[in-house]
Amino acid sequence: MQSSLIKIENLSLSFPDHHVLNNLSLDIKKGEFLAVIGENGVGKTTLVRILLKQLRPSSGKIIMPDDLRIGYVPQFRNIDVDYPLSVRDFVSLSFTGFKFPWLSKTEKKRLNEVISEVKLNNIEKRPLGLASGGEKQKAYLASALVKHPQLLILDESTASWDPKTKHELLDVVVDINKKFSVTILFVSHDLKLVSEYPDHYLWLQKGNYESGKISDLPRDVKEGINV
Amino acid sequence: MFELEFMRNAYVAGTLIAILSGVMGVFVIARNMSFLSHTLSEIGFAGASFGIFMGWSPLNGMLLFTTISSILVGELSSQVESRRESVISAISGLFIGLGILFLALAQTNSSYATNILFGSVIGISQQNVNQMILLSSLVLVVILLIFRDLKADSFDPIGARVNKVHSSLMSILFLVMLAFSVSVAAQIVGSLLIFILLTLPAASSKYFAHTVFKMTGLAIVFALTGVWLGLYLGYLTNWPVTFFISTIEVIIYAIALFYNSLRNRSE
Ligand SMILES: Nc1ncnc2c1ncn2[C@@H]1O[C@H](COP(=O)(O)OP(=O)(O)O)[C@@H](O)[C@H]1O
Ligand SMILES: [Mg+2]
Repeated sequence: MQSSLIKIENLSLSFPDHHVLNNLSLDIKKGEFLAVIGENGVGKTTLVRILLKQLRPSSGKIIMPDDLRIGYVPQFRNIDVDYPLSVRDFVSLSFTGFKFPWLSKTEKKRLNEVISEVKLNNIEKRPLGLASGGEKQKAYLASALVKHPQLLILDESTASWDPKTKHELLDVVVDINKKFSVTILFVSHDLKLVSEYPDHYLWLQKGNYESGKISDLPRDVKEGINV
Repeated sequence: MFELEFMRNAYVAGTLIAILSGVMGVFVIARNMSFLSHTLSEIGFAGASFGIFMGWSPLNGMLLFTTISSILVGELSSQVESRRESVISAISGLFIGLGILFLALAQTNSSYATNILFGSVIGISQQNVNQMILLSSLVLVVILLIFRDLKADSFDPIGARVNKVHSSLMSILFLVMLAFSVSVAAQIVGSLLIFILLTLPAASSKYFAHTVFKMTGLAIVFALTGVWLGLYLGYLTNWPVTFFISTIEVIIYAIALFYNSLRNRSE
């Protein structure tokens, strides 16, 4: 059994007008591929934002290493057709910090690695604004991977795409999960994908939740009824 | 032309301004700050007339006003987009009014006012040039130091936040550097038209170049083309340099848009 990477203990969060998360406890193990499912507005993104320390819980806590490297593919991003940077230059934005403006040799090497991992080689010079939705999503994934994350969070990254693109992207994610034991937190609506890729699930419901192995996910839920 | 000291000074100053505008412009465009840079130039006008009123140099008055207001505007950045625009309009209206008042109170002749508003190459002394070199170097060094985080914050604020970039620090540092750049650039092109150099070369460059480095390089080239050619044509014709600079930049921008529409059609 793998060791636990993140321990969520009795976590609750209320916004002024309503409760979003209620007494949630969960162990996320290193190398786990966890699906987070649940209706719109139930608190999936909120949970992600607590993990990213962008929000503070009302009560309860999350125990995880201070220096945990988190890669995050957010649900929304504002890239319009006029967006000028090439896919490659966009991905390189992830090399932040007070260093020389240009990339070091190691950083260039890492950039090349990530770009081929995510299979962006043939479009790396294209302006991101002109890339298709799926290509954009791959670029976002690449930029989340640049810093060798130990935890990778995908927030509805596969929503509204064709099946082929979905599988391409998730194959990359599975690859990273298997090869480097990167823990994956996959927020999704797509129950077909959820029963195919992840090994565990967290099903958020109003004021309640369920969690367990994907194989134990109730059959009627698995069968494409969108939660 | 280069026998004349003021022309030599104008070329040195113009070159500095072009480099500065190219570098800053790329971020101005990425951060959608064209409107704000326009406002800062109007505030610069008020600052310059305040400087004259106080018996300082116009540049020092400008530095004072633009720096203070850039910090104030930075505080506004958390406001809703639509309200922010109105507040900025109100501020700029107030400052233009103040500028006119200070000029009237200072009772200088009106050519002074036209110089501030429309720019002038005659008035640039060696001492001016030295101060401009100092300020430009300061701006460039600061931008160089924060380059990576500023770039991330400007071109992908959502991703930058995940990477722990200090967004409000970037924002305030950038605004203060923008205030300095506006004050420096106003010396030649005048406060009415600084925003031309701070926005158009960079806005044009993004249709031809697709990395931040290349965009910056190309924006500098476009700005230099306008400034150098503008100074030369102004010298030949005795027409205002600012007229030539803005016309050249607008033509470059039109070509960029045309090129972009051609390319989109062929795809
Ligand atoms: N900053 C906020 N202030 C108040 N309510 C919020 C805030 N952020 C999210 N909410 C509310 O919390 C609920 C959960 O939102 P979210 O976590 O985004 O849902 P989802 O599961 O669709 O990702 C929603 O009803 C949303 O309106
Ligand atoms: Mg969400």
